[in-house]
Amino acid sequence: MTTTSVAAPVVVPPVAERRGNFLADSWVVARRSLIHMRRQPEALADATLQPVMFVLLFAYVFGGAIAVDGGDYREFLMGGIFAQTIVFGAFGVAIALASDRTNGAIDRFRSLPMARGAVLGGHAAANLLRSLIPIALMSVCGLIVGWRINDGFGKAVGGFALMIAFSFAMIWVGVLMGTLLPSVEAVQGVGFTTIFPVTFIASTFVPISTLPGVLRTIAEWNPVTSMSEALRQLFGNPSGDFGADPAWSLQHPVAYTLIWIVGIVAVCAPLAIRAYQRSVAG
Amino acid sequence: MTTPTSAAIEVHDLVKRYGDKAALDGVSFDVPRGTVCGLLGPNGAGKTTAVRILTTLAEADAGVATVAGIDVAADPAGVRRRIGLAAQDATVDGLLTGRENLIMIGELHHLGRRTSQARADELLTQFDLVDAGGRLAKTYSGGMRRRLDLAATLVARPEILFLDEPTTGLDPRARNELWDVLETLVGDGATILLTTQYLEEADRLADDIVVVDRGRVIARGDARGLKRQVGGAQAFVTVIDPARLGAVADMMQRVTGAEPGIDPEGRSVTVPTEGGPRVISQLADALADAGVEVEDIGLRQPSLDDVFLTLTGEHIADDAPVEVPS
Repeated sequence: MTTTSVAAPVVVPPVAERRGNFLADSWVVARRSLIHMRRQPEALADATLQPVMFVLLFAYVFGGAIAVDGGDYREFLMGGIFAQTIVFGAFGVAIALASDRTNGAIDRFRSLPMARGAVLGGHAAANLLRSLIPIALMSVCGLIVGWRINDGFGKAVGGFALMIAFSFAMIWVGVLMGTLLPSVEAVQGVGFTTIFPVTFIASTFVPISTLPGVLRTIAEWNPVTSMSEALRQLFGNPSGDFGADPAWSLQHPVAYTLIWIVGIVAVCAPLAIRAYQRSVAG
Repeated sequence: MTTPTSAAIEVHDLVKRYGDKAALDGVSFDVPRGTVCGLLGPNGAGKTTAVRILTTLAEADAGVATVAGIDVAADPAGVRRRIGLAAQDATVDGLLTGRENLIMIGELHHLGRRTSQARADELLTQFDLVDAGGRLAKTYSGGMRRRLDLAATLVARPEILFLDEPTTGLDPRARNELWDVLETLVGDGATILLTTQYLEEADRLADDIVVVDRGRVIARGDARGLKRQVGGAQAFVTVIDPARLGAVADMMQRVTGAEPGIDPEGRSVTVPTEGGPRVISQLADALADAGVEVEDIGLRQPSLDDVFLTLTGEHIADDAPVEVPS
């Protein structure tokens, strides 16, 4: 390495010959995010320890008290925990972006001739890869506590594909949060008070027929419910009782979830990119 | 388009408001190619706001700014290809190694991975960071972080460098080391706009100094001219017994031939002088002969506050508007 001190100066290409594009720039940012994750394993706890903890807590602590018609609670549970963990995936990227903004990294990126949207695109790509960690860990953990894939390989692949697609949507929710909220603390505060209840007013942990009146209606149309039910359907796990005359969203959970995925990305991605660009004017 | 004859930086009547406070209130200056311009002013004078506009991080409310001949509002991407920015708080990535930091900047300048790596190694050598290059930047000392930050601004061999308070927060030794590095850059003919609160720093590094206060340019010129205006160095004596202040003032007037000023609260007397250390030794002898007990004696370079006192007749205002970065 010291040879450079005696070598001829490194020639950099002239400005006119430097070519960049969105994908290449995003990948540079994504690689940086992945390095951050590797060197800060404690920040991965929400993707590693937390989902495993939830599986064990609900399987062994609450599981005995919750009855599911036509099946085992632990098989019912996994669809819900997958869905909840994927929703929580919004936090990781939101916190990473908010801390990039507060510590000046975003300013550094903005002063560079990067492709528009590459900072957000890179964060999103890295976090999509990150989301594979909890999905894999929970699958293994679920298998250990008694969860099984009962309805064939093809549908199971569909289940995992749906999880990845839903992760992608939730990451854009996180990107929007991280772009709009002023600090890491704000992300944690606002995120916890809004996202946390959304994951509980759903059929995540209890069959939907056990919820009273208004809560039940909210839960029926909550995408966390449809995501949980779609996974239960695709993995051949019990859904519990929907009650009489179930909502369309419960009868077609895969389709309803896909609509939400498209809707979330279509709304959050442009808003996040616009908010990011506009903060330049500040 | 770049016109080779134009100044590296031209700023005309720049205005930037945050709420009803004007961070910049009609600022104009220019920086010829190959020169170093020091933007000198206290906290909240508008220095950082000016740098943010020139580096495309903020948009002006009015006025025109061109960098490398390019209008920053019309073609920010073109400006970004040609500049390097070292922001005030040395925004190196703590979780990357020094080398990874530099390579990332090179890749985002689209130099290609191979060239970025070679350039990173070259800069680590140049900035005396070869041994630290493989360590995470969060383990670096303040001085090392600044050097890495400075190296990062140079990766793509930019036409123009912006250094926002490059030595603020450094201890005197690290500051001196960084000044040596900056002087090398200056010697190599770089075009630099640097902001600083220290007259000494502007004096040492800049060809031209633009003094800003509350969003306005209040003076500009070379360091020598500015210092002449302020009155150069001052000799000062601090005594133990305030009753002797009058006698000391007489003594200082005899030695320097200038009118001294007495500060009873600080128990000190100051007098402008161009006599240098010789004056101090004469004063020390005189004081010893008269049996005056001295707490401190020395020469003081004019501070930013002295510049302000001379230019505006006021000390640096405490209520100066606070700079709001985004």
